[in-house]
Amino acid sequence: MTYILKPQLHHPKLATNNLGFTRRDYEGSVSTLCAGCGHDSISSAIIQAVFELELPPHRIAKLSGIGCSSKTPDYFLGASHGFNTVHGRMPSVLTGANLANKDLIYLGVSGDGDSASIGLGQFAHAVRRGVNMLYIVENNGVYGLTKGQFSATSDKGSKSKKGVVNHDAGIDLVGMALQLGATYVGRSFSGDKDQLVPLIKAGLAHKGAAFIDVISPCVQFNNHVGSTKSFDYVREHNEAVNRLDMIPARSPIHVDYAPGETVTVTQHDGSVLSLHKLAELYDPSDRAQALGFLQSRQARGEIVTGLLYVDPEAGDLHDALDTVATPLNELGQADLVPGSAALARINAELR
Amino acid sequence: MPISVKTGSTSSGAVTINDFVVKFANVNGSGSASANGMFAKSILRCGVPVAARNIFPSNIQGLPTWFEVRVTEAGHLGRRGGVDLMVAMNPQTWDRDVAEIEAGGFLFYDSTKPLPPSKFRDDVTVIGVPLTAMCNERYQLPRERQLFKNVVYLGALAALLGVEPAVVETILAEQFAGRQKLIDANIEALHMGVGYVHEHLAPIRLQVRKADKVGDRIYVEGNSAAALGAVYGGATVCAWYPITPSTSLAEAFTGYCEDLRTDPDGKARYAIVQAEDEIASIGIVVGAGWNGARAFTCTSGPGVSLMTEFIGLSYFAEIPAVIFDVQRGGPSTGMPTRTQQADLLGAAYASHGDTKHPLLLPADPGECFEMGALAFDLSDRLQTTVFVMLDLDIGMNEWLTKPFAWDDSHNLDRGKVMTAEMLEAGADFGRYKDVDSDGIPFRTYPGVHPSKGAYFTRGTSRNPYARYSEEGAVYVDNMQRLLRKFESAKALMPKPVRQDAKRKTTDGVLYFGSTTPSMLEALEMLEGHGRHLDAMRLRGFPFSDEVYDFVAAHERVFVVEQNRDGQLRTLLMNEGEIDPAKLVPVLHYDGTPITARFIAGEIGQLLALGQIEAAE
Repeated sequence: MTYILKPQLHHPKLATNNLGFTRRDYEGSVSTLCAGCGHDSISSAIIQAVFELELPPHRIAKLSGIGCSSKTPDYFLGASHGFNTVHGRMPSVLTGANLANKDLIYLGVSGDGDSASIGLGQFAHAVRRGVNMLYIVENNGVYGLTKGQFSATSDKGSKSKKGVVNHDAGIDLVGMALQLGATYVGRSFSGDKDQLVPLIKAGLAHKGAAFIDVISPCVQFNNHVGSTKSFDYVREHNEAVNRLDMIPARSPIHVDYAPGETVTVTQHDGSVLSLHKLAELYDPSDRAQALGFLQSRQARGEIVTGLLYVDPEAGDLHDALDTVATPLNELGQADLVPGSAALARINAELR
Repeated sequence: MPISVKTGSTSSGAVTINDFVVKFANVNGSGSASANGMFAKSILRCGVPVAARNIFPSNIQGLPTWFEVRVTEAGHLGRRGGVDLMVAMNPQTWDRDVAEIEAGGFLFYDSTKPLPPSKFRDDVTVIGVPLTAMCNERYQLPRERQLFKNVVYLGALAALLGVEPAVVETILAEQFAGRQKLIDANIEALHMGVGYVHEHLAPIRLQVRKADKVGDRIYVEGNSAAALGAVYGGATVCAWYPITPSTSLAEAFTGYCEDLRTDPDGKARYAIVQAEDEIASIGIVVGAGWNGARAFTCTSGPGVSLMTEFIGLSYFAEIPAVIFDVQRGGPSTGMPTRTQQADLLGAAYASHGDTKHPLLLPADPGECFEMGALAFDLSDRLQTTVFVMLDLDIGMNEWLTKPFAWDDSHNLDRGKVMTAEMLEAGADFGRYKDVDSDGIPFRTYPGVHPSKGAYFTRGTSRNPYARYSEEGAVYVDNMQRLLRKFESAKALMPKPVRQDAKRKTTDGVLYFGSTTPSMLEALEMLEGHGRHLDAMRLRGFPFSDEVYDFVAAHERVFVVEQNRDGQLRTLLMNEGEIDPAKLVPVLHYDGTPITARFIAGEIGQLLALGQIEAAE
């Protein structure tokens, strides 16, 4: 049995949010991943983000595919419904779930094996349809559960633990998401919670297809010299373009940075993104510039992180389909079944 | 104007009324389909049943296509086989078309270009109408010349067969409603054909006479009927990927939803997504089903092959889904525009591991509607994938069928769903717990309650409380419960339809789906030859006890189906542990719809052989 329940006892002085939930209320069962795994840091960042956003846990649906990363939804948000689907197919299942009930918040968790190989097509199509979701790829550049094969995001020239050199070009999911029309795109590092938590918060508040690529080193199989996804490599080559503060819709807006260095973006739900610029001239509202910037930095071996693109006015798939305000799964018989009178008319037309 | 070729008399032999087959041989993309459809409808409006079938290539323009209309006052809606009047409009297929005409039959052709006598048959009456010459003289635009040629032959055929032109005029007016100029132009072309026959030819011995045999029946494609069934079954999410012969089901669902499920402000009470492939289609359906919406996809055999991984997830994680499988000729790409019943085993046991799935087996568009709606109640009740097994013959051809009916007092059965109130009241929620001993557990919809009822859905083994478990006993217990659930499905399936022979017999026959009209006609033919069989039409899988009782009550049971390997027979043997020797396969699988002649011939021969053996 790899399923271990956490004790439900809380420290009596544990801080609560305005909903009365402690951080523990957003946790799940005990992680079965390796000690030091970057994925556990991401789970922890998700817990913190949802706690700080004061979201009722049951209003979130968490979906994943197959792999180490896809196991993690069991380890956070235990009071949320979760769905560990099939390999590479989480995007379609999430799309269907979202069509059924537009009122829940959809969190898709996947890995580089799940999303960049078998699931590359589904990733692309869910993004281009503008499904309202936050899609997180926990990207370690390696197949952990099957012990160390290269994944499709491994950089060309990167070395495996056994010393094999990867000769295939790496797939950059951030570049793809931008090209496919994602309306919120970020990249972060599992080791940088200060950067990651606000990115997750803003992504959850975003309406439309939000995507965050989180470089998450695999301590067992991809943390050695020669890997471009090791803790050391990512720390050394991380180039953050901005620092994000995310202010939820109902909070008073307070920005720390001096004017001139900071851009504020108000999202659809009223949440305010305060972006402290780190790279001169980087404009996260310019999709084409973002793509160019990323590619030029990537050529130099740098890993660009931060909020890379956001369209605060984006719509979603339900807007495109012009569906009713009521979630489809709540429509009753009278809304759904036209009844015998309509059949009489149809029958007459078929004679 | 060239002179029409006339060989023999156009009125020789005894008059045949309301019982003949007309076949149109056309080139696809020539606009003939609409004229041919109106021909069939004209006869229906005379109160005479027709069975019409398209035989078409996997191609958009330029290849041969046929449309066969069986005029049948007796109401035999299966394909008869053989042709009494061939409307030969395609030079490419001329020789085989001419060869197909029954002796004493008729050949209708465009006589603009004279053909050598070797191109005709002595035992066939030839009717030439210079369609091209007439249209070239009257019309200037090439497209007009082409399209109106179809309407001119429609007029000529009406006059030859004794159909009142006014009947066709009414249909033309309906077809082009609101476009008076088009109606006038078509009626003019129609009368060019009628006038030519009156002037140069005479009615033939195949005649349509007004009757009252259509009743209140409607004329509709199975795909359209199934789509309407999905609307009435409360489906709100449709995800699909285009594939012949199922595409028109999704298109019909779109049309019906626009009509019946749109709010006054234009908002949709439905969501339709054309997915990137069949895998994503079923993924969307599973996601929506998990989240409490009724969802379906429609596809054909190749799509079902792609979907099998998700079908296994639906089975094991117990998520409702509906798949309309409009079967075509397999395996692989097979014969995309031909019909078969060859997905039965693939659907029943889709996916790896031990799985089985309920199947509904509609026999006509009327049942496509009923079962199209029922499938959603069943999939919610059973929390699993339910297949509705159409085929190209039912799906893409218009069939005369009973009118759609709906009981307004019927409540959609959402199955065992634990609500927030039930959870609040302290109900013990175990997602995979068999609380009622029927193998069917309760589920919750995501977001139902702030602190109760959440669970983690997975395709891996788990205990009754949905927690991951690799314990052998826990796994076996769950697999046994799934078997109990399948057993519970038996009682929910539509009952088989039994038709006993007029005399006591030890012979029986089992059949299903689009074989039905030909089977019923074959039974009449066999009875005419003193061969009596009790018959049972299967309408669902798992099979109910009546089916096994029927087999047990007969010494020999023929199993008639449209595939090579006897897939229904295999299912019966496998699920009912029936002695294979008892089940005699009668198989038709060349891609054309099975005929009564074929069935009666095969069974007649087998029965005769049996008698010889008995005599020895």
